[in-house]
Amino acid sequence: MTNLTDLGIAAIRDGFKAGDFTARDVASAFNDAVAGAKALNAFIVETPEIALAAADQADKDRAAGTLKPLSGVPIGMKDLFATKDVQTTAASHILEGFVPQYESTVSGKLWNAGAGMLGKLNLDQFAMGSSNETSFFGNVISPWRRNNGDTAALAPGGSSGGTSSAIAARLVPGATGTDTGGSIRQPAAFTGISGIKPTYGRCSRWGIVAFASSLDQAGPMARDVRDCAILLENMAGFDPKDSTSLDLAVPNWEAALSSDLKGKRVGIPKEYRVDGMPAEIDALWEQGIAWLKDAGAEIVNVSLPHTQYALPAYYIIAPAEASSNLARYDGVRYGLRDLPDGANLQDMYAATRAAGFGDEVKRRILIGTYVLSAGFYDAYYTQAQKVRTLIARDFDQAWEKCDLLLTPTAPSAAFGLGEKSDDPLAMYLNDVFTVPTSLAGLPAMSVPGGLDALGLPLGLQIIGKALDEQTVLNAGLAIEERAGFTARADKWW
Amino acid sequence: MSESTYRIQGTTGEWEVVIGLEVHAQVTSNSKLFSGAAASFGAEPNTQVSLVDAAMPGMLPVPNAECIRQAVRTGIAIDAQINRWSRFDRKNYFYADLPQGYQISQLYHPLVGEGHLDIDADEKAGILEAKRIGVERIHVEQDAGKLMHDQHPTRSYVDLNRSGVALMEIVSRPDMTSPAEAGAYLRKLRAILRYVGSCDGNMEEGSMRADVNVSVRRAGEELGTRTETKNVNSVRFVMQAIEHEANRQVDVLEAGGKIVQETRLFNPDTGTTRSMRSKEDAHDYRYFPDPDLLPLELTEAFVEECRASLLELPDAKRARYVDVLGISAYNAAVLTAEVETARWFEALLKEGAEAKQAANWVMSELFGALNRLGKSIEDSPVSPAQAAELLTLVTDGTLSGSLAKQVFEKMLETGDSAGTIVERDGLKQTSDTGAIEAVIADVLAKNPGQLEQYRSGKEALFGFFVGQTMKAMAGKANPAVVNELLKKALG
Amino acid sequence: MSVDHATVRKIASLARIAVTDDQVEAMVPELNNILGWIEQLGEVDTSAVQPMTAVIPNVLRLRDDVVTDGDVRDAVLKNAPQAEQGFFTVPKVIE
Repeated sequence: MTNLTDLGIAAIRDGFKAGDFTARDVASAFNDAVAGAKALNAFIVETPEIALAAADQADKDRAAGTLKPLSGVPIGMKDLFATKDVQTTAASHILEGFVPQYESTVSGKLWNAGAGMLGKLNLDQFAMGSSNETSFFGNVISPWRRNNGDTAALAPGGSSGGTSSAIAARLVPGATGTDTGGSIRQPAAFTGISGIKPTYGRCSRWGIVAFASSLDQAGPMARDVRDCAILLENMAGFDPKDSTSLDLAVPNWEAALSSDLKGKRVGIPKEYRVDGMPAEIDALWEQGIAWLKDAGAEIVNVSLPHTQYALPAYYIIAPAEASSNLARYDGVRYGLRDLPDGANLQDMYAATRAAGFGDEVKRRILIGTYVLSAGFYDAYYTQAQKVRTLIARDFDQAWEKCDLLLTPTAPSAAFGLGEKSDDPLAMYLNDVFTVPTSLAGLPAMSVPGGLDALGLPLGLQIIGKALDEQTVLNAGLAIEERAGFTARADKWW
Repeated sequence: MSESTYRIQGTTGEWEVVIGLEVHAQVTSNSKLFSGAAASFGAEPNTQVSLVDAAMPGMLPVPNAECIRQAVRTGIAIDAQINRWSRFDRKNYFYADLPQGYQISQLYHPLVGEGHLDIDADEKAGILEAKRIGVERIHVEQDAGKLMHDQHPTRSYVDLNRSGVALMEIVSRPDMTSPAEAGAYLRKLRAILRYVGSCDGNMEEGSMRADVNVSVRRAGEELGTRTETKNVNSVRFVMQAIEHEANRQVDVLEAGGKIVQETRLFNPDTGTTRSMRSKEDAHDYRYFPDPDLLPLELTEAFVEECRASLLELPDAKRARYVDVLGISAYNAAVLTAEVETARWFEALLKEGAEAKQAANWVMSELFGALNRLGKSIEDSPVSPAQAAELLTLVTDGTLSGSLAKQVFEKMLETGDSAGTIVERDGLKQTSDTGAIEAVIADVLAKNPGQLEQYRSGKEALFGFFVGQTMKAMAGKANPAVVNELLKKALG
Repeated sequence: MSVDHATVRKIASLARIAVTDDQVEAMVPELNNILGWIEQLGEVDTSAVQPMTAVIPNVLRLRDDVVTDGDVRDAVLKNAPQAEQGFFTVPKVIE
């Protein structure tokens, strides 16, 4: 029998439906994989019993003929989604021990669709980071290693590092991530898997620990494009509890998947060719262009003139929103409370938040507080929101000449843990290709394109028009079929 | 802008007072502004709290149509500009009654723009003529929860029931110049809110609170630094707070000091204001647009429905009572001061009562009885229909004025209708000329001395004879007929 | 714009995060590095542009005025660090 953990979501779903194996077998196999992979530190909490319970229900449903879209499929859940009666921490000490009495809309949809939960996946604290080095529960380690004998622990990308690591290591067939400035796409690129950030408003934010409200989006990560489409269909949809949710029907993305790009124009934005870009990444980009051409697309050069301002704008807007969103973590109603002797209420706040938040979180809260403060609001925040309008306009103008854009996902392959954590600014530059799309709210996906000279995955990013996830997925599929990416990390854990 | 005659007499001369009021009015609605929890008063702690109100991780706000509607209706009632496009902003600060660590409010683009309301002249109070007080804006925002400090020696208790209830913040222009003007403004505003039905205006229960901004200056000078006295919860206290604060400021300035721009609290027991104890500098609220909400856009149909839903407002009603119904200006003002009174009065008119008669009767008889019994007009033991019947019995001559008073007393005691009482107790007035003539003759015969005096010119004794006649007939004689027949008998 | 020690302390106070002297010392250059990099936004001519209000066109929906929530005190207090008689408790505040 095939190693069950080598199966992706579609294969599990269809094989289970066809009677090839029981759901319990699948859940057990993945539970074992999870249990044996503690060295990766991909999970904050493992929930094997919950996975088995869902599997048992799936087996029952199969017998009764009442199968659901994801019956038999166990997945991982990024620990940013509130899960009822299961600890949810956002990888922070300030929420350690917090057990929500409610389920996030997105995770609830997945469980209602029949999926089971293998555990809560580690992440950068409050989704702030690009290497999963800011978690209170320790770094996540990528299953990948350089092929030159170097056993340095590599970053799985961030903030959805637990997700990317777990999928790449076959601990889960697929999982949820969230993307605010690239936190689905960049970890997907670092670990050779696929991930899509949908149009802003496609997935409900209700019950997801908020980082930057105007940017956060939930999305699926899995080993191929079809699996991403399947998961996304079961995550997306209008939620009246989220005022920013889009009241639109969920398209049948999986059914409409097609790698035929005839009639599509692919834009290549010149500003994404940055100084000092590694030659391998440039080469992969060219390769990607060729693949899409081969799939029938026309290639067009376009310009997105304000690209270089996207990162600084993002690092004003996101911290500003975060500084306000994280004000609720104050030790009064839940989470950590640090009450030194003789402390009054305001002292309690200051002590709790000092003890509870990690350094990067504090840094961003301080920046956010500063840029919103009296005297600086116009110069920073208002200016950043205006630049954001210009960035969105750049894309609108590009759409006159093309239907999608192709770029690299990240400016490098996975770096070693600790290599960039001394310089926050260096870390922020990881997001240079992903942030513009976040600011414009557009759908974007990363698919693996190949390996670099050290055997580490490199990803290609497809950006689409608002609400056109289909074209994004289709282009992703076109690349996937041609890239023939079958590399996987050798098991060292 | 007209000013009142109110001045603070300092040691160095006279000072004027400049007053602005920010009123927080809780919106009458079933659920809260951004959450579906109930917005009512008096429930067990933390039972009217949703996860959104408790600011759990991942919670999001969804606005309540009725709260927006009530604010728009209120804006229309004060002739204000209704902004078709407005936005919610976060006001960021830390306090235990503010679970999110920010209040969702509207700073940059409020729902309602400039409007006004008019207060009456009141010479006794130094308001020489009717005055228009400007309103700068009305915006909607969340109320905070409640902190209680007396339950425990070292702990404060937090109840979030009120957290998230919709408030209208109604900001006046600094157009008031005396405690009396401020009091008149508040009373008028409260009446309008109750007429509109957007807030019950109950200051004791906290559904309407005032923040009082006060500064002083010498005539002709620039505006002085103002202080803000927060959460004053009665009209009387607002007036006291202004008086105290203005005098305090004058004392400070005349002693060579400066007014610190600060927040103060009013102590109703001592009638004084004191600075709120706080370690930090002036708050920096870091307002920015709430990214969980989109801009609020009102359709014309929505605004039209708000306008159409408004019933006659106090000023228009008062004018109509005077111009159309012929009621005196004073009576009209009193009858329209509260929406419940006007409602009761108009129900009385609908039952067929004549306006002027009804007005007089309500003002003297009904109000007198309600005061005595300690009841509000909504709890009147006598209904408009019953009152109408009583008034008809006067109009058709069955009852004299004084008999009507007697009947009314019995109506209050027994709950029976006027007609029933008149029949049962035989309280009809009689116009039987024969009977009255006989009694008059008897009275004159029994009082020869007074008759002599009257005939010699002491005309005031006419009243004596009327009184004696009425007494002899147990008050049931028709006074007009008595007058007529007595005149004949006396020659 | 750059920050000094006093500014960092002030921001930390606004954000209610206690900071030690060492931390302030370390943060000043760190924050200035980031803020210096952000400065470049000032180069962009935004005179003809409005700030972004909604990333994807959407309409703010107003919900009906019905009580659909609340009465979940147990859930609300479940994770409270300290609660008594149905209230959250905090160190006594003097107003």
